[in-house]
Amino acid sequence: MQQRTQEITIIGGGLVGLSVALGLLMAGQRVRVLDGADSDARASQGNFGLIWGQGKGWDFAPYANWTMDALTAWPAFAQQLRGLSGIDVALDQPGGYEFFTDPTEFDAFKAELAQQAIHLGKRARYEMLSGDDLRSQMQGIGPDVVGASFSLCDGHVNPLRFLRALRCSVQTMGGHVRLGATVSAIRPQPKGGFALVLADGETLYTEQVVLCAGLGAATLARDLGFNTQVRPQLGELLITEKLGDRLPFLSSTIRQVDEGGVQIGGTKANAGLNDHETLPIMSKLAHHAVTVFPALADVRVVRAWGALRVMSPDGYPVYAKSSMHPGAFLVTCHSGVTLAPLHASVLAEWILNTSATPELEAFDECRFALSHAA
Amino acid sequence: MNVASRFRTLPETGDRVQFTLDGAPASAPAGVTVAAALLAHSGAWTRQTVKGAPRTAYCMMGVCFDCLVEVDGTPNTQACMTLLREGMTVRRQTGLRDLNGGHCG
Repeated sequence: MQQRTQEITIIGGGLVGLSVALGLLMAGQRVRVLDGADSDARASQGNFGLIWGQGKGWDFAPYANWTMDALTAWPAFAQQLRGLSGIDVALDQPGGYEFFTDPTEFDAFKAELAQQAIHLGKRARYEMLSGDDLRSQMQGIGPDVVGASFSLCDGHVNPLRFLRALRCSVQTMGGHVRLGATVSAIRPQPKGGFALVLADGETLYTEQVVLCAGLGAATLARDLGFNTQVRPQLGELLITEKLGDRLPFLSSTIRQVDEGGVQIGGTKANAGLNDHETLPIMSKLAHHAVTVFPALADVRVVRAWGALRVMSPDGYPVYAKSSMHPGAFLVTCHSGVTLAPLHASVLAEWILNTSATPELEAFDECRFALSHAA
Repeated sequence: MNVASRFRTLPETGDRVQFTLDGAPASAPAGVTVAAALLAHSGAWTRQTVKGAPRTAYCMMGVCFDCLVEVDGTPNTQACMTLLREGMTVRRQTGLRDLNGGHCG
């Protein structure tokens, strides 16, 4: 005989899964989170910690606005996490720079930001700076920087402390997080509900399931009738020794963690599920950092790693409800840090289909249907 | 060797290397690492963390980073990965290094 609970089960205990879990708990639901194996590709443990909007959604207005909503919601969200978990995620939103050494790339990004600003209207707050403007405003910028954009809402958090704060918050709210629980298959039941088959052979039953498994969602999405295919994108980063003084800027490729170390990253490559760092890319990252801020030349790199981003076919988030199997949801995105305040609040309204549900049709996976048919 | 140290050196061959620790003259057997020299010297702390906790060499194999000292003006040098050389200037560290190469101590 099947045991049924009224709990909502979240598959995936990373930043996205835990954020969604927190939102549902705040909405009064009973929630169980199933987290996979330590050896899984965990974007949540390798990311850069940026809360970043500039350029995002320049060719897709709903994403530009959704991201801006998240940037605005972050301060209250960080407070909420602190209240629930006692952990300070070191939120800092001083505004962020994107530095350029190639004039063509600088002009192209300028056009993208102008396009993004049309979508954002009054909420767009950014400026373009020439290399000389930049150097007159900030000491230490290298002579080969030809320009930079500066966007007022961008910021960062300590990503590992953020992950821990989310997990503690979910547990404080009464959510159950089960570790080492890899779901290997999902079987929709004839009369509704789902059987979740774990890798160790155990079967769990749930009325509703939200798939937030990042790259692990590949086969499970098919079990639920979703057609989204996520792919891994390798990003590499360098970590320097900790510094006693603060860098005068935050950028998308160079940021100083609250504890003093500098992260240098932002590369993109397709390497399948291989997340190893590579010497040519490490060298390129170091060169970039020293070009932007020559004083870093003397600073030691103490660690380097690669991590896999979770990319949908067009790079935008997917929020989908299974039409074939009611009660099944797919949530996947690249920006699990930036979008977390929304995943932990209004996305619950969408899952529960309340009157306050946000307009998320633009993020449905039906946008991929044509390309798959072709 | 300072009698205050809890560490003893292996039987010595006779050759010794002179260095300074925070400006004071010191010596150690030739061929040892800076970390071994510092442990044999007094075994006392050789750096303080940001929060003021004392640290000295621990793993002796380049992993724990507790042995960081300033060597010939370069901060955050791993003492256990650095061979002691004649005339080296070794300074204990307090807090984190700065961008300009100094440290806040």
